[in-house]
Amino acid sequence: MQSEDTIQQDYFGHDHVTVIGPERGLLDLDLRELWAYRELFLVLVSRDIKVRYKQTVLGIAWAVIQPVTTMVIFSMVFGKFARIPSDGIPYPVFVYAALLPWGLFSTAVSSAGNSMVGSAHLVSKVYFPRVLIPISSVGAGLVDFLISTAILFLLMLVFSISFSIKLFLLPLLLLILIANSLGVGILLSALTVSYRDFRYVIPFMIQIWMYLTPVIYPLSLIPEKWRWLSYLNPMTGIIESFRSIFLGTDLNFIALLFSVIFAAAMLGLSLVYFKRVERRFADVI
Amino acid sequence: MSKPTAVLTVNHLSKRYILGGPDQLNTSFREMLMGTITAPFKRYKALSGQVDESQLFWALEDINFQVHQGEVVGIIGKNGAGKSTLLKILSRITTPTGGSVTIKGNVASLLEVGTGFHPELTGRENIYLNGAILGMHRKEINSKFENIVEFANIEKFVDTPVKRYSSGMYVRLAFSIAAHLEPEILIVDEVLAVGDIEFQKRCLGKLSDIATQGRTVLFVSHNMSAINRLCNRGILLEKGRLRVDGNVNDVIRVYLQDDQAFSNGLWINPDVDDGAEVHVERIEILNEESQATNLFNFNEKIEVKIKYRTSLSRSEFVMGVALADAQGNDLFSSFDTDDDKLRDYTPALINTVSCNIPARLFKPGAYTMTVFSHKHEGFALKTVFLVRLNIEINNVGAVAASSRLGLLQPILNWTTSKIP
Repeated sequence: MQSEDTIQQDYFGHDHVTVIGPERGLLDLDLRELWAYRELFLVLVSRDIKVRYKQTVLGIAWAVIQPVTTMVIFSMVFGKFARIPSDGIPYPVFVYAALLPWGLFSTAVSSAGNSMVGSAHLVSKVYFPRVLIPISSVGAGLVDFLISTAILFLLMLVFSISFSIKLFLLPLLLLILIANSLGVGILLSALTVSYRDFRYVIPFMIQIWMYLTPVIYPLSLIPEKWRWLSYLNPMTGIIESFRSIFLGTDLNFIALLFSVIFAAAMLGLSLVYFKRVERRFADVI
Repeated sequence: MSKPTAVLTVNHLSKRYILGGPDQLNTSFREMLMGTITAPFKRYKALSGQVDESQLFWALEDINFQVHQGEVVGIIGKNGAGKSTLLKILSRITTPTGGSVTIKGNVASLLEVGTGFHPELTGRENIYLNGAILGMHRKEINSKFENIVEFANIEKFVDTPVKRYSSGMYVRLAFSIAAHLEPEILIVDEVLAVGDIEFQKRCLGKLSDIATQGRTVLFVSHNMSAINRLCNRGILLEKGRLRVDGNVNDVIRVYLQDDQAFSNGLWINPDVDDGAEVHVERIEILNEESQATNLFNFNEKIEVKIKYRTSLSRSEFVMGVALADAQGNDLFSSFDTDDDKLRDYTPALINTVSCNIPARLFKPGAYTMTVFSHKHEGFALKTVFLVRLNIEINNVGAVAASSRLGLLQPILNWTTSKIP
C-alpha cells in the first residue's frame, strides 16, 4: 500500500512537470498517467453501475430479464420454427452461451461509442485522460455479464450439461473479449466525437455484426471452404470458444488465434487514433 | 527564503479556432439537388479540419508570461479577449495551436462547480464522484468529508439524491467540494457568480484563504473588486493578445479606461452582430433633459437606456446595471427583473429597457458603470454581455463637505418632532 501511495504522490506531486504543447508523438500513451487516474476509473464505473437501474421498478432484475427473454425468443424463432441446427446441444443453452459474450460486446461497443459525446460536459470542463471514459463504460457492463454467467450455469443444470474442465479458461477468454470490445468501442467513441454519423451507424452495425457471427447458428453450418472468411470476424473465435468451454465442444484454436490477433491490433490502433484526435475533443465536442 | 521559482511558464502560446461559416442558400432545385449530393463531402472536409484561411480565428496569439510560486494572478479582459481559452489550455482541456506551457506541480482547475454531478446519486456519492473528477484521492476525500458537508450546510441531506436538492444546496455542495481541494496551483474561472450574496461572500473568503496559504492561484473574473482584493498581479488580455501584465491596480486602471466605443454618454456596439445570445446595440446614459452625457450633476437622476436584441426567452436572461467607484468598490447592481412589470414581458426582437438611478446619492468623482447581461445555465450564470462605461459626477449641487465618511453620500430625509 505504502509504495502505491508514493507512486501516486510522485505523479501528481510537485516534481511532476507537465508540458502542454501542440505537437505530440504518434505513440504517446502515458500508461503511468492512466495508472495514476485509476481511482477516477473506479469511481466512474461505480457511478455507471449505481445509476444503471436507479428509479426502475424491477431494478437489477433487468439484467436477468433481458438476456433470458432474448434467449427464449431466439429459441422459439430460430430453434423451433427455423430449425437451425445446434451441434446436438439443446438450442436454448446453445444460443445462450453465445448471447453471453455477445451481450457484453454489444453493450460495451454501443455504450462506449456514445460515451464521449455523453460526457461532453466533463470533457469541456476538466482534464483527465479521456480514454478513461470509453474504458469505464465498458467496465460497467461487466456486472451484467456476471449475472448472465450465473444464469448460464443454472441453464446448464436444467439441461443437465456437465461442466467442462475447460472452464478454467474463462478468465482468459473474458480478457480477450474485453480487449476486443475496448478496441472497437474506443475507436467508435473517438469517431463519434468528430462524426456524429456513427451514432446512427453503431446500432445497426451491431445488428449486422451479430448475424455475421455464429450466435444463432453453429459455425459448422458454414461450408468448410468459406469458413476462413468467418474467422476474419474476431467475434467468431470468441463466441465459439465460449461455447466450447461451457458446453464442452472442441476448442477452435485457429479461430481463437485470429480473435487474439485482431483484438490486440484493434486495441493498439484504437488507442493510437484516440490519442491523435483526443486533443481536438474539447474543441469539437 | 530562496528566490521564488516559476511554477508556470507560458511561452509564445497561440490558439486557433475554426469558425463554422453558414452554408450558402440554394436558390434553384438543381442547385439544391447538387448541394445535397456535395454537402457530405463539404461537411467531411469541415469536420476533419480542412478549412480555408478566412474561417480561422485566433483566440490567443503569442502569449508570454511566468507565474511564480505563491502569486495570485487575476486575468481580466472583455468577453472574447481569450481568457477562457487561456484557462482551458492551462487546465489541459484543449491544446494550443502553437507555443507551450510548462507547469511544475499539480494543478486543479475550477471552470465550473459541480462538474460531473449526477442527479440520481446522493450527496455523499456525488462528493466522491466530483472529488475524484477534480483529482482528489479517496483517502483525502474521506478525511475532508465532514468539513465538506459542514461548509455546504447539508448535513441532513447527505443521503438524498441531489436532484431533490434546492438549487442553493446544490451549488453550496458543489462549491464546498471544490473549496477543499489542496492543489499547488489553482485555476479558477468565474465560478463565483453562483448562489446568493451571502454564499458568494463565503466563497470569496475561502478563495482568499487559499491565496494566503502560499498557493499559486490564477483567477478570472469580471468582478474588479474581487480581483483587486484577491490578486496581487493582473494580466489584461485584449483580442487574444497580452496587453498589460503587472501590478493589479495598474492593470485594472488600464482596463477600466478602455472603451473607445463610448463617448459622451453614448455607446454603440462596434460589432453589428457578434453572435452573442444577447446583442446590445446601443447604450445611452441620459440626464434629466434626456441628453446623452457622461458628466452628471450631483442632484441629477441618471437614466441608462439599453437597446438590445435577443433570441432568448424572458426566463433565460437578465439585463443588469452596476456601479463601482474609482477604487473598484462595488456600490450596487440592479437587474431588470427587479421590476415586477419587466419580469413577465416577452422580449421582442428589439427591446429597450431603462434603468433609473436616483439623484443625490453618489459622492462627486469618477465611476465605472457596468452594463451586463447574464444567461442562466443550469445553476450558474454566464455573462453573455458586459461593457464598462466611465461616468463622472461633479459637485454641482453637492453638499460642501465632499469628504464625508462612507462610500455613498446620500441626501436623506431628516425629520424632527418635539420632545414632550
